[in-house]
Amino acid sequence: MSEEARPLPAVPYLKLPEDGDPYLEGQKCGSCGSIFLSERTTCSKCGARGGFEATRLADRGRLYVFSIVHRSFPGIEVPYISAIVDLDGGGTVKGNLIGVDPDPEKLQFGMPVEVVYKDALGRKDSEGNSYISYFFQPANG
Amino acid sequence: MSEDVYVVGIDMIKFGRFPERTVPEIAADAVHGALDDAGLTIQDVQALWSGNLGQASGMVGQRILHEVGQTGIPVANVANACATGATAFRDAWLSVKAGVYDLVMAVGSEQMGKGLLGGAGGGKGIPKEGLLGSGLMPAVFAEAGLEHTAKYGTSFEQFAQVSVKNHHHSTLNPKAMYQKETPLEMVMNAEMIAYPNTKLMCSVNVDGSAAAIIASEKKARELGLMGRAVRVKASALSSDPWQERDLVMPDVNTCTRTAAKSAYEMAGCGPEDIDLVELHDCFATAEILHYENLGLCGDGEAGKMIDEGTTALGGKIPVNVSGGLLSKGHPLGATGIANIYEISTHLRGEAGKRQVEGARLGMTHVIGLGSACAIHILEKV
Repeated sequence: MSEEARPLPAVPYLKLPEDGDPYLEGQKCGSCGSIFLSERTTCSKCGARGGFEATRLADRGRLYVFSIVHRSFPGIEVPYISAIVDLDGGGTVKGNLIGVDPDPEKLQFGMPVEVVYKDALGRKDSEGNSYISYFFQPANG
Repeated sequence: MSEDVYVVGIDMIKFGRFPERTVPEIAADAVHGALDDAGLTIQDVQALWSGNLGQASGMVGQRILHEVGQTGIPVANVANACATGATAFRDAWLSVKAGVYDLVMAVGSEQMGKGLLGGAGGGKGIPKEGLLGSGLMPAVFAEAGLEHTAKYGTSFEQFAQVSVKNHHHSTLNPKAMYQKETPLEMVMNAEMIAYPNTKLMCSVNVDGSAAAIIASEKKARELGLMGRAVRVKASALSSDPWQERDLVMPDVNTCTRTAAKSAYEMAGCGPEDIDLVELHDCFATAEILHYENLGLCGDGEAGKMIDEGTTALGGKIPVNVSGGLLSKGHPLGATGIANIYEISTHLRGEAGKRQVEGARLGMTHVIGLGSACAIHILEKV
């Protein structure tokens, strides 16, 4: 019997260290400080080549804007909240906001959220691998 | 500055769904319409720019000539997302402005299926839509709209009023996909697609085509076509400058502001001089943003503008009197030229029941995500 394979990260900027907690990683331009979500060779803000530094992004941030999706591609469970979150200390990421009703009355711009890491809604790739993804949920101010 | 350039012939087909026809066949109808409008033949056309997105690698422009006459002229195929048609028009305009040709054509065409466009993240692994939020267009533009709500308190009802207005306008436009009134309750209670955009606040995927013939002043005079000619006062194209949230949130505002600034400078006029606008209402939320981006009102005043009917037919600055993308329909590659058809028709005083009285200057605007913004300012001769 082989050992069950470890789940894979849903996106390259989600890091799953063997001996620590999951986290999101940004790539910071050494010249202008802009943060990107994937490895790159040139900064699209200032044009500097190279000099990017991997930086651990915060697990907390604030809800910038959202939409509540009620119709999606076939097979995707609705509704879900598509959220754009500005992380504390820099970096903006998009993901599902969970742990709150998908009701505009329950969502406030600027509300504090935390990043949590869970199984990727049971989605598997063609080889049967499981994935871990990140989600946002409301946090205390 | 080189001499002025004019639209001397222009047409669009009635937008609809024509699954049994090919894209070149659909486009050929608009080409013939534009030629007839100017009283010219395909032999008069010195070069062709063809805008089409769905078959961007399919040599659509050449295939159109296979339908209407293979004269051996230069053809270029243009793709620039939802700015495709307007970019084809601009490239054709540039060639005349530069003095390379004196009579050319731009044609835009598209055949679309029904359904959602967009989707979050591609790449390897597992599907990302509904896992990492949404990349579907109704949601992307909902998020752009709610950014305005966060700043200025713009309401769901105000966004919905855009749809009420544009659907009303389309009842006066026989070439629109729909001619149907949609009262506020109907818009707000329609199926919610991505809050705050309901189904009636999303543009209609349709098939369509539009074509324009562009000529130098010398050529237009020589052909006796100045009587109904429309002067191209400005043509501007921008791409998206770097923005902090770029990676997750396409910025439709900054590139519009950049293009608007260039267009006003080139035309030597300001927003207060414009008599009507056809802007990119791909979703009702987007129209509100562009009132401010185009300078039709100050920042934070767009909600008030829709409340007061300023942008309705009969208002101070009518917007999307064609019915807009919301009701006329949005065949991606054709939209940019169809907008120019609408403005030209008003400047010629030929818009029938929806005529903006005394229109002298009009503006067209499109945004293609990725991003491209194209703006044209047209003037009555």
